Amino acid sequence: MPSENGALVHLHDVHKIYHRDRIEVPVLQGINLDVREGEFLALMGPSGSGKSTLLNLIAGIDTPTQGEVRVAGESLGTLKPSRLAAWRARHIGFIFQLYNLIPVLTAFQNVELPLLLTRLSARERKKRVLFALGLVGLEGRAKHFPRQLSGGEEQRVAIARAIVADPTLLVADEPTGDLDARNAAEILTLLKRLNEELKKTILMVTHDPHAAESAHVIFHLDKGVLQP
Amino acid sequence: MKYLGLIFANLMRSKRRTFLTVFSIAIALFLFCTLRTVITSFEASLRASQATRLVVRHAASLVFPLPLAYRERLSRVPGVTGISYGNWFGGFYQDPKNQFAQFAMDVPTFLDLFPEVILPAGQAEAFRSERTACIIGAALARKYGWKLGDQIPIMGTIFPGEWRFVVRGIYTGQTKDVDENTLFFHWDYLNESLPEGRKSLVGIYWLRIASPDLAASVSGRVDALFENSPQPTKTETEKAFQAGFISMIGNVQLLLTIIGSAIVFAIMLVTINTMMMAARERTTEIAVLKTLGFSDGLILRLVGGEALFLSLLGGGLGCGLAALVFRESDFTGGGFFPNFRVLPETVLLGLVLAALMGLLSGVAPAVQAARLQVASALRRVA
Repeated sequence: MPSENGALVHLHDVHKIYHRDRIEVPVLQGINLDVREGEFLALMGPSGSGKSTLLNLIAGIDTPTQGEVRVAGESLGTLKPSRLAAWRARHIGFIFQLYNLIPVLTAFQNVELPLLLTRLSARERKKRVLFALGLVGLEGRAKHFPRQLSGGEEQRVAIARAIVADPTLLVADEPTGDLDARNAAEILTLLKRLNEELKKTILMVTHDPHAAESAHVIFHLDKGVLQP
Repeated sequence: MKYLGLIFANLMRSKRRTFLTVFSIAIALFLFCTLRTVITSFEASLRASQATRLVVRHAASLVFPLPLAYRERLSRVPGVTGISYGNWFGGFYQDPKNQFAQFAMDVPTFLDLFPEVILPAGQAEAFRSERTACIIGAALARKYGWKLGDQIPIMGTIFPGEWRFVVRGIYTGQTKDVDENTLFFHWDYLNESLPEGRKSLVGIYWLRIASPDLAASVSGRVDALFENSPQPTKTETEKAFQAGFISMIGNVQLLLTIIGSAIVFAIMLVTINTMMMAARERTTEIAVLKTLGFSDGLILRLVGGEALFLSLLGGGLGCGLAALVFRESDFTGGGFFPNFRVLPETVLLGLVLAALMGLLSGVAPAVQAARLQVASALRRVA
């Protein structure tokens, strides 16, 4: 569901200002960005440059102070919170830096979470969860709790959770930021596979140049301004 | 249904906290059911009272007896169609802890005046014809395992000494409100065993009247009859007598309602605090669920559902335990609380209260979770 200009993600003159006490802190300033379907885009920049904020705006979990964010054919600023939640469930798969698995749920149950929001039967959900876990190479760890998994395995479960509902766009916020080199490489290989084999559009925030090399396109964000 | 696993997993996050919360709710509801049963037990006594029966006692206090000689004069009062009399015995079985109501009754008139006491065929005759015979309620027989022909030794307190009675009948109540925890025996047996100064004295007279409409006029006539005698009387309907008896220990219903409400309210505050803490600890997880597409309404229902589940579980345990304990123990409070049974209505009320407690305690954390701003919650962690 691309925009009129063919982009899956279209940002026009997006500004974001945070308020700390009474001080205005501009985080994003006049961002214009188009991401085409099937692209793998990396967003780089130093800490505090607004990378995660930009990602949150695209994922529909934050709203811009000014400008338009259009993703998968929807102008996110016009959606009510309940519709925005449903839109996220349908279109966004989010991968966090700290994995953010629910510790009291098994790997299977964590991956199943997005499917609970669908009308799928328990049997169909099980089939899809096992398929997603298989994709990340963890079908044998379905009954393990997060505390029983290594950091790399946890992130792979998180990726399985992000893809299980077959979202339009995968957004990853520093997905290798908490991993050692070997696990980071595995995760990047996995993301590339998802992009190349399953044609997933991926937006990845990273400050690691090596990680960014996996992407087709790299953008730099500095002091809230986007540069190619 | 598909979210039950998520609710259950969250409740099992801190087993100790969940157990303590459920336990405290169970205790609160157990106490609520117990206090409520005191009230329903009183109410059952009042319901069991007959509108066509009057109670005549000493005007000063129940403690003072009336002469047996009043019987003839009372039976001649216009409107009176039957008369019986008796004394509260106040003994115990084997141990002072084993207390239940015992009444020495004028047996020839007792069963006629108290048709709600139902005896199987032949047992009424056996009771009438033997001086040391007694009849016992079915609940009392179950509690102590007594059967027909058993000898029951009762230690008297008002009438000291060991008194032995032979069980010749086991009665049941005409309705479920009729007390089945009492022992009745012959007033003559008591009277003839007493020393001269204590003989021929009656604790209470019961009068049967033709119609409830006659209660006021007959009561007036009776009390007027003995107004200037050394033992003046106070006559009232059986219901008024029971109500007065209960009110001797104050406004019980109000007192128990206040205590019960205070307990439930205090536990509700504890539950609110627990649920708030549980929701606060999971700020990031709730933000993650919202990122995955869980709506504010669904989060509200999930967090609120946890509180409701906890309360209903605790409430179910507390109410169930109260029903079980008082059914198994045949508790009568020394005869003061006959038919002390946790009624289904009380259990239902307890469960409604538990659900209400769950809903109220779940509102604040559920709203807090639903209103959580995802981006700022995730920023706090990153």
